[in-house]
Amino acid sequence: MHVAVITNCTPDTAADVAVDAGGNLKVDDKLVVNPWDEYAITEAILLKEAHNAQVSILTLGGPEHEEALKHGLAIGCDQAIRIWDDALQGWDSLAFAKAVAAAIGKLGDVDLVLFGKELPDIASDAHIFQTARKLGWTPLGFVAKIEALDPAAGTIRVKRQVESGTETVTSRLPAVISVLKDINEPKYPTFIGIRKAAKASMPVWSLADLGLDAAAVAPKAKRLAYQDLPKREGAVEMIDDPALLVDKLLEEKVI
Amino acid sequence: MSVFVWIEVHDGQPIPASFEALGLARQLGDRVTGLVFGQGIDDAVKAAFAHGADAVIKADDASLARYRFEPYVALLAGLVQEHNPAIVLAAATTSGRELLAGAAADVEGGLLTDVTELSLDGDKLKAVRPVLGGKVLSVETVTAGGPQFATLRSRAFPQPEPDASRSGDVIDAAPALAEDAIAAKVESIESAGGQISLTDATIIVAGGRGVGGPEGFAPIKELAETLGGAVGASRAAVDAGWIPYEHQVGQTGKVVSPDLYIAAGISGAIQHQAGMRTAKVIVAINKDADAPIFKLARYGMAGDLFDILPRLNEEFRKKLNK
Repeated sequence: MHVAVITNCTPDTAADVAVDAGGNLKVDDKLVVNPWDEYAITEAILLKEAHNAQVSILTLGGPEHEEALKHGLAIGCDQAIRIWDDALQGWDSLAFAKAVAAAIGKLGDVDLVLFGKELPDIASDAHIFQTARKLGWTPLGFVAKIEALDPAAGTIRVKRQVESGTETVTSRLPAVISVLKDINEPKYPTFIGIRKAAKASMPVWSLADLGLDAAAVAPKAKRLAYQDLPKREGAVEMIDDPALLVDKLLEEKVI
Repeated sequence: MSVFVWIEVHDGQPIPASFEALGLARQLGDRVTGLVFGQGIDDAVKAAFAHGADAVIKADDASLARYRFEPYVALLAGLVQEHNPAIVLAAATTSGRELLAGAAADVEGGLLTDVTELSLDGDKLKAVRPVLGGKVLSVETVTAGGPQFATLRSRAFPQPEPDASRSGDVIDAAPALAEDAIAAKVESIESAGGQISLTDATIIVAGGRGVGGPEGFAPIKELAETLGGAVGASRAAVDAGWIPYEHQVGQTGKVVSPDLYIAAGISGAIQHQAGMRTAKVIVAINKDADAPIFKLARYGMAGDLFDILPRLNEEFRKKLNK
């Protein structure tokens, strides 16, 4: 069995961000592994332990995303690959999906692709479902638990958390899943793992390596600029008497 | 300009966010088609007309009884290819996000997700969407020709007033996939069971570390019940195991936008603010008068939530005659 986990780095959730006059983003701290991906990487390692699976970890991005690959290698992923090409600059979800789907195809024998729930810096999960679609595989999004996985029979059963409740779904492998934070306790790298990861080679696959050309990944949507949030008007009004607060809220017509 | 709106149906009824999408569609285009997929969906078709659809494409089949990615994406993508609408909209729910991403992949369309503002710049969609946990806004536009797709954040757009006298053409569509061609089978569903969904809620009462334990949520639940609201929680309360994850509001939980958000015993970490800062009116109740939540709040009460919440509840019951 071969599991692929897709990861990226993202600004720290606690980092201060600001927008300059040109609409560019200024982020204080360095990038961290997407917190959602930590669950996906951990789940891949749990599958490795349970099913003797081979685990490949992939990212799409510049060298600043290698930190996420190293994190995966240090926890126990077997190989790491970075997908990048100048033509991917300004990628949209569909360009991401096509490149990642081509890389999964190049790996050849992948049974399951794991993603964290979303990428915070683009605040989207569309690339996950589009990767599944470009592979022609079933996506199972918002997975809170892998209940059963039978590589020999090629079946998987998961619990998905969606608006209308919790669904138990069975499907066929190969499949693409996105995981929620309920799914496991993230593993953290050991000292030995970190040293091993530091020495590992991380090949870069270009579009040519993936059999794609620049036209195939031309973005269909783009960012024009970042904007600051509108300021909230006024300071807080401190109230001692619950009855007065109730009157104010009734006046606001929010109840 | 022709606009398709996927009408998301739960238990035979469209969700409110689908009506919001219909309202926006009427502003963007001159012909609005509601797409209603499911089984036993006549009421939902009527509701789509009442909320602004000029026509409805209806696919009523057992294989579509509950949303699943493969049959819904194949059906939507096929309809988009056949009718070539300029714009396709849906609510940015878990299902809506999956469905439009999948269909946009099939027809190679530009996609803008989870938008809070949407307009046309010439014939291209232009959106504002919160990113990085809601700390900044990103202004984005579709650049490619062909059908353009956007998912809309719940409660970011006004819901149109229904007009039951409206009607129009109903076009029947057949499922694109036979049941045996669909890999995913839903075995069972634990329904959210009458609980008000956080993302649809107009009122949320939320608790954090300050509630101290699972039983500490009792006064929060009581107040939520009096107000007909939903119960939210901070990450600290969820991580402590006091309340299930589905109640979590914030960067790694749900993003909500109610009319009223009452935060009790929540300090207001930036990750929590990311999930609730667009609430219309925020009330903060906290022992620590310097807690960051007070910077966001319109009204604050410094004190013990176990003292304040029951008194608030009693006052509301009196004044709302409950």
